[in-house]
Amino acid sequence: MTGRRVVFYLCLVCTAVIATGCFRGLPTDNPPIHVVPDMDHQPKYKPQEAGKFFPDGSAMRQPVPGTVARGQLHDDKAFFQGRDDSGQFLQMTPVHITSQLIERGQERFNIYCSPCHSRLGDGKGIMVQRGYTPPPTFHSDRLRQIADGYIFDVITNGIRTMPSYADQVRPEDRWAIVVYIRALQRSQNAGLEDMPEELRSKIR
Amino acid sequence: MAQIFPVWTNKIPVYIAAGTIILVLAIVGFFWYYGSPWYTDVGYRPAQPVRYSHKLHAGDLGIDCRYCHYDVEVSAVANIPPTQICMNCHKTIGTDNERLLPVRESWSSGVPIQWVRVHQLPDFAYFDHSAHLRAGVGCVSCHGNVANMEIVELKKPLSMGWCLDCHRNPDTQLRPRNEITNMNWTPPADQVQFARKVRSENNIAPPEDCSGCHR
Ligand code: HEC
Ligand code: HEC
Ligand code: HEC
Ligand code: HEC
Ligand code: HEC
Ligand code: HEC
Repeated sequence: MTGRRVVFYLCLVCTAVIATGCFRGLPTDNPPIHVVPDMDHQPKYKPQEAGKFFPDGSAMRQPVPGTVARGQLHDDKAFFQGRDDSGQFLQMTPVHITSQLIERGQERFNIYCSPCHSRLGDGKGIMVQRGYTPPPTFHSDRLRQIADGYIFDVITNGIRTMPSYADQVRPEDRWAIVVYIRALQRSQNAGLEDMPEELRSKIR
Repeated sequence: MAQIFPVWTNKIPVYIAAGTIILVLAIVGFFWYYGSPWYTDVGYRPAQPVRYSHKLHAGDLGIDCRYCHYDVEVSAVANIPPTQICMNCHKTIGTDNERLLPVRESWSSGVPIQWVRVHQLPDFAYFDHSAHLRAGVGCVSCHGNVANMEIVELKKPLSMGWCLDCHRNPDTQLRPRNEITNMNWTPPADQVQFARKVRSENNIAPPEDCSGCHR
């Protein structure tokens, strides 16, 4: 009699143990368990952490106003502002154009600009369908003729309802995007004369 | 005279031996299963201060991961986007949505939103996003399909064994550099040849020595 009871309780315990095994990997609010917590949380701050030391509660600091970090002066007006010495927008991109640069520009354009401007640059991106102010298409005469430096300035400082992308896109990538937009405008406005001679006959 | 020990006691040593073996196996099995980070860590899904959904933004709207986590390719840490990035769109979209109230409050007061950390290595382990992305390891290998999650959830154990499993044999995990944020990429048939080629071209050698990750 008692033997049976022992077996019964053993089975009960086993089922319980196996059943809790089914919780493995299920979503839970409980933070990970640190089995040996020795040096897991060292008294140091990591990026973007909250901290008690400063009154605003954040461990990362803003630079002191009026200071410039080494190498951050950005006094190359052409490269960092897209303007020449007299303050006019540069007509031509100041960086050397390669096919890698255009590819880089395409990748960056698709990440940062396509949500609103769409991959074609016609201003019908998905955000516009969700209610964002429609941006103009890049394939108008005005924007085809606009200076390269102007587009750079739009990315850096934003324009009217378009926010600034200076934080998300580095200056060298901004120039890559400018070059890519130029290629995009060309591709959407291509004529017969843009085709290699030997292919022209095929199109007719 | 009655015997002190009845006959069945002869079997006691056998019972003890068998019992010990079972007990040891049970204890080892218990810790092997319940002590593993697949049990203690995976599945962590804390509630966030804003009901922000990756499924909506990264999945349905198709925004690239790097739109918000824009430092991930150049820095060790993938930044959590500041409120300003949300306001790029939410100045115009969803201005009367109450789920966005904390975002608007943070924007007007300048106090950052306090997101709850999901993935966190112990402070003694060194990890660098940029090195992995440059080698061509996709986000999905380490974070699961984030574009399908309403709330971010820990999908991989982030244990030392897990890191080393890939470091010893990264061939199945490497992809072309322009596919790193693609959540639905499937390896082609010649994946291993491809991986061998990029590994020798770009000199990709994941560290297996202790000082690689404990520096
Ligand atoms: C959040 C949506 C959004 C994103 C993302 C966006 N733009 Fe815009 N963009 C706009 C809107 C809206 C306008 C129209 C601004 C206006 O005239 O009020 C605009 C206008 C422009 C113009 C034309 C300015 C003019 O003079 O008419 C250019 C050039 C431009 N954007 C380039 C870019 C580039 C390059 C990117 C990527 C780095 C980008 N935009 C990303 C919304 C966006
Ligand atoms: C619209 C902006 C946005 C986009 C796009 C985005 N994220 Fe996020 N991501 C966030 C925010 C905000 C958080 C912090 C809140 C949270 O954890 O849900 C976050 C958190 C995360 C975390 C968890 C961080 C932690 O605390 O451990 C991971 C992992 C992550 N994102 C990966 C991705 C991946 C992969 C993609 C691309 C498929 C992506 N994100 C796209 C905004 C974004
Ligand atoms: C590229 C544009 C864009 C960015 C950047 C963006 N969102 Fe959104 N968000 C949207 C769109 C579009 C919607 C859907 C609005 C709709 O359809 O009603 C949305 C909806 C939301 C909602 C409401 C969801 C619901 O179920 O009602 C929340 C909350 C939200 N976003 C939070 C955030 C946070 C937090 C950030 C910053 C990390 C962010 N968003 C960045 C475009 C964006
Ligand atoms: C090789 C694996 C791996 C890959 C690939 C990877 N991550 Fe991570 N990610 C991690 C680990 C590990 C952590 C925890 C880091 C820590 O605690 O220091 C993390 C943390 C994060 C965080 C939280 C903030 C931080 O950096 O601590 C975000 C956001 C994030 N990852 C986004 C991404 C995105 C977006 C991608 C793809 C572009 C990506 N990760 C690719 C392993 C990876
Ligand atoms: C899916 C595969 C994968 C996973 C998972 C992974 N790694 Fe790596 N890791 C790599 C590859 C591939 C490299 C080689 C990069 C190179 O040589 O360019 C690498 C390189 C590194 C490096 C050297 C970076 C440098 O600066 O040279 C460190 C440190 C590292 N990994 C830490 C980790 C840690 C810690 C984890 C676990 C949290 C982890 N990795 C998980 C694939 C992975
Ligand atoms: C690929 C990166 C990597 C390498 C190489 C590596 N470790 Fe680790 N190690 C980790 C990570 C990540 C953790 C944290 C694991 C966790 O949180 O469960 C860790 C944890 C540890 C711990 C603490 C375990 C605990 O739970 O307290 C020790 C001890 C350790 N490693 C020793 C070593 C030794 C010795 C070597 C060399 C033989 C080594 N590690 C090589 C990534 C690495």
